[in-house]
Amino acid sequence: MCSLLRGEEMCLAQLFLQSGSAYDCVVELGELGLVEFRDLNPSVNAFQRKHVNEIKKCEEMERILGYLLREVKKADISLPEGDVNPVAPLPKHVMAIMEQLQRLEVELGEVTRNKEKLQRNLLELTEYTHMLRISRSFVQKTSEQEPLQVQYEEFPFLEKDTLMDYSSMQRLGAKLGFISGLIKRTKIEAFERMLWRVCKGYTILSHAEVEEYLEDPDTGEPSRSVVFLISYWGDQIGQKVKKICDCYHCHLYPYPSTNEERNDVVEGLRTRIQDLHTVLHRTEDYLKQVLMKASESVYTWVIQVKKMKAIYYILNLCSFDVTNKCLIAEVWCPVNDIPTLRRALEEGSRKSGATVPSFVNRIPTNDTPPTQIRTNKFTSGFQNIVDAYGVGNYREVNPAPFTIITFPFLFAVMFGDLGHGLIMALFAFWMVLYENNRKLKNTRNEIWNTFFEGRYIILMMGLFSIYTGLIYNDCFSKSLNIFGSGWNVSAMFRAEVWKNADISGNRFLTLDPNVTGVFTGPYPLGIDPIWNLASNRLTFLNSYKMKMSVILGVIHMSFGVILSTYNHLHFRKKHNLYLVFLPELLFLLCLFGYLVFMIFYKWLVFTAKDSREAPSILIHFINMFLMQSDGVQPLYPGQTGLQVFLVVVAVLSVPVLLLGKPVYLYWLHNGNHRPGLYRGYERVRRNSEEELYLMRAHDMEEGASHSDLSSSGERQTDEFDFADEFLHQAIHTIEYCLGCVSNTASYLRLWALSLAHAQLSEVLWTMVMRVGLRMDTSLGVLFLVPVFGLFAVLTVSILLVMEGLSAFLHALRLHWVEFQNKFYSGTGVKFSPFSFSLLPSSFEQYGLL
Amino acid sequence: MRGLICGPKLAACGLVLSAWGVIMLAMLGIFYTTHSAVLIEDVPVIDHSIYQDGSPERIYALYNKVGYNCFIAAGIYILFAVFSGCQLRLNKQKAYLVH
Repeated sequence: MCSLLRGEEMCLAQLFLQSGSAYDCVVELGELGLVEFRDLNPSVNAFQRKHVNEIKKCEEMERILGYLLREVKKADISLPEGDVNPVAPLPKHVMAIMEQLQRLEVELGEVTRNKEKLQRNLLELTEYTHMLRISRSFVQKTSEQEPLQVQYEEFPFLEKDTLMDYSSMQRLGAKLGFISGLIKRTKIEAFERMLWRVCKGYTILSHAEVEEYLEDPDTGEPSRSVVFLISYWGDQIGQKVKKICDCYHCHLYPYPSTNEERNDVVEGLRTRIQDLHTVLHRTEDYLKQVLMKASESVYTWVIQVKKMKAIYYILNLCSFDVTNKCLIAEVWCPVNDIPTLRRALEEGSRKSGATVPSFVNRIPTNDTPPTQIRTNKFTSGFQNIVDAYGVGNYREVNPAPFTIITFPFLFAVMFGDLGHGLIMALFAFWMVLYENNRKLKNTRNEIWNTFFEGRYIILMMGLFSIYTGLIYNDCFSKSLNIFGSGWNVSAMFRAEVWKNADISGNRFLTLDPNVTGVFTGPYPLGIDPIWNLASNRLTFLNSYKMKMSVILGVIHMSFGVILSTYNHLHFRKKHNLYLVFLPELLFLLCLFGYLVFMIFYKWLVFTAKDSREAPSILIHFINMFLMQSDGVQPLYPGQTGLQVFLVVVAVLSVPVLLLGKPVYLYWLHNGNHRPGLYRGYERVRRNSEEELYLMRAHDMEEGASHSDLSSSGERQTDEFDFADEFLHQAIHTIEYCLGCVSNTASYLRLWALSLAHAQLSEVLWTMVMRVGLRMDTSLGVLFLVPVFGLFAVLTVSILLVMEGLSAFLHALRLHWVEFQNKFYSGTGVKFSPFSFSLLPSSFEQYGLL
Repeated sequence: MRGLICGPKLAACGLVLSAWGVIMLAMLGIFYTTHSAVLIEDVPVIDHSIYQDGSPERIYALYNKVGYNCFIAAGIYILFAVFSGCQLRLNKQKAYLVH
């Protein structure tokens, strides 16, 4: 009850958990998410806590689970991320899970290693096959061109191309050696050059590229390789060549000396490759089977391990009571949930089969509890944007319920376009209809999540924008004539004011509302559609929108000031009502409330007939401050007197605001010579625990020292610091009075942004849509189709997204600064209960992937 | 799958855009054929000889022409909508086939 307005009433409770049933009770509490645990061992290191071994076990299991998940993902097996919610496992079941996980890890490791070995083997054999095949072509080239070589047999060294000549070499008696292998294509040039430089021409290198991509075993990427064949003379050269090959990471294979040997090797290789393929297939199948079996239960295990770890963290926060052999936990709990808490503890005790039940005991405290505000899916969005500024103090008035209406309304004032509002509302409506669709809920795109979380806010913004679009009569920058315009052009002709010649002679003509029949009455809802055709449209709308902005601003700010009375009354500081609230309200209303009054007065009293004598409100407002009325006609009789009175009241309220509260508190605390009367009065009121600690809480607020809580009640009289209090109040006064002026002007952004939106919309129509509509040719229709598409895309991207974000931001700023600094302090702590549903819900968030 | 050109997101965007185009162009067409005054500047009127016109028939004819253009464009967008709808359906079938 009243939770959204003020926040739940919280209390500090002590839980006595019997050692046997502590785990089960915490499981129950985690499922319900009722309470926030306090750390009773703050000075203890994380490694010295009681359950550190269990947490280490959990982390070991998490490591194995992470490895499993990575392997499953690599094998492209889909993980069943269903909506399962397994319970946290009991300590006795943990060993079974641990064993299973370890077994799986070992098995997977073995199979993966085997598979890698087999793959390496296969690669080697494949390379060897390629090498044999390609180097055959080197030799065949030689044998084809042998007749040509005959004439050069005397001078083998002069041969520059890469042909070899067996016969000539054998005649020279040199020992010919061959080295063959594969090298990466990127290295072949450097390799060749190095060989030439080092071996000074005693080697001949022939190389050819392998056509297909071979997988590099280290990186797994496909790369091109080149087969080479080096022939050299002499052993020393051979050593050098071998060393160079090592440098360049070549894969060397033995070169067959005869063709028969080569054919045999090729046959053998072929059979071996086939066998390897089969074995590799089987291995991969087996691996996949193992991973599929693991993937079925891996999700359950992940959640179970996470829950267990969370429970052990909580158990580490409790302190062990040796006398009663139970764990003591201190929790913050909402008062309304104490019966549920009791039932949860009973359930936990029953589940663990303990004879002695665990119970809960409420204890008094001086600490300020955390703030909890219960929200549903509709209000949580608005509460989030309020909390983004600051979480409210304990039991302070919460601006969120009012924000539900004022925020979309102020947004709509800045956005006001019927067409754009309709599109925004439809988009939000789609999100709301599909809010239970798992795919929409669980995407990891941050920006989409932001929009999705705020779907109700966007829906409200869209609906309100439709309304203000009707008021501004603006739909994609065109006005809708629903009721029939109130202005009549032909009446000007009937009254003989205009003649036909006037039309051709003048570029602009002015309709005169004073002529009978021209203005037949105001348009029933919104701005008259004829203004869309007028050239002085902006002059009219600017005046209207500026005044509307000031009116809305003053109303919003006054509402904020009035809300502060709720705080003053709740925290039993009635003096604040008279010494803070009243001067603030008088200051605001006497000056700016009067401005609003003048605006309404001018609108109501002065008609089209008096338009020439209508006064300028700004001049009157300035004269009010200067206390002069130089020759301007008064708006109403007695205006000067009333204005002087209002200015005097406003000016007098400033010192009251500045000095009232510090002086009163000084008098209250230093009126020691009359203790009986006042103390007795205060004692009578201390009849409930909550009031006791609330008094202490608000004594701390009053600028008394923020020291520890164990001091006695005498503290409140001794440690009142007048200077501190006065400074605080002075800052508040200056901030408030200057803020009133600047904040009222700040609300003019309502006018500025709505003008910007309307102008952008008009520019888009004029520059894009009009081009398509004005096409005179018969192909105009085909041109209209892409033009409309462009118009739609630009509308969504510029007007909806950019302007929407801009108006959202400014409306938010108006709430956070101009509205909330009249009554909201926002320095509280948010209640974060121990709940399993707050654990991360996807594998990436778990940090396992 | 035969005939599958766009992915699911492109098909969905196309469907939304076409639906918007159909509705908005149809309404624009209606407003043009009822000679709405607000749209006077979007009508292809160039020469100043309209000042000599005694009756608004010529302007009405232009209005009607643009209105019919809008209706035809709306019809083309209906075709786009049908095409996008088919693509969306094909994409859904493909998604079911894989699993």
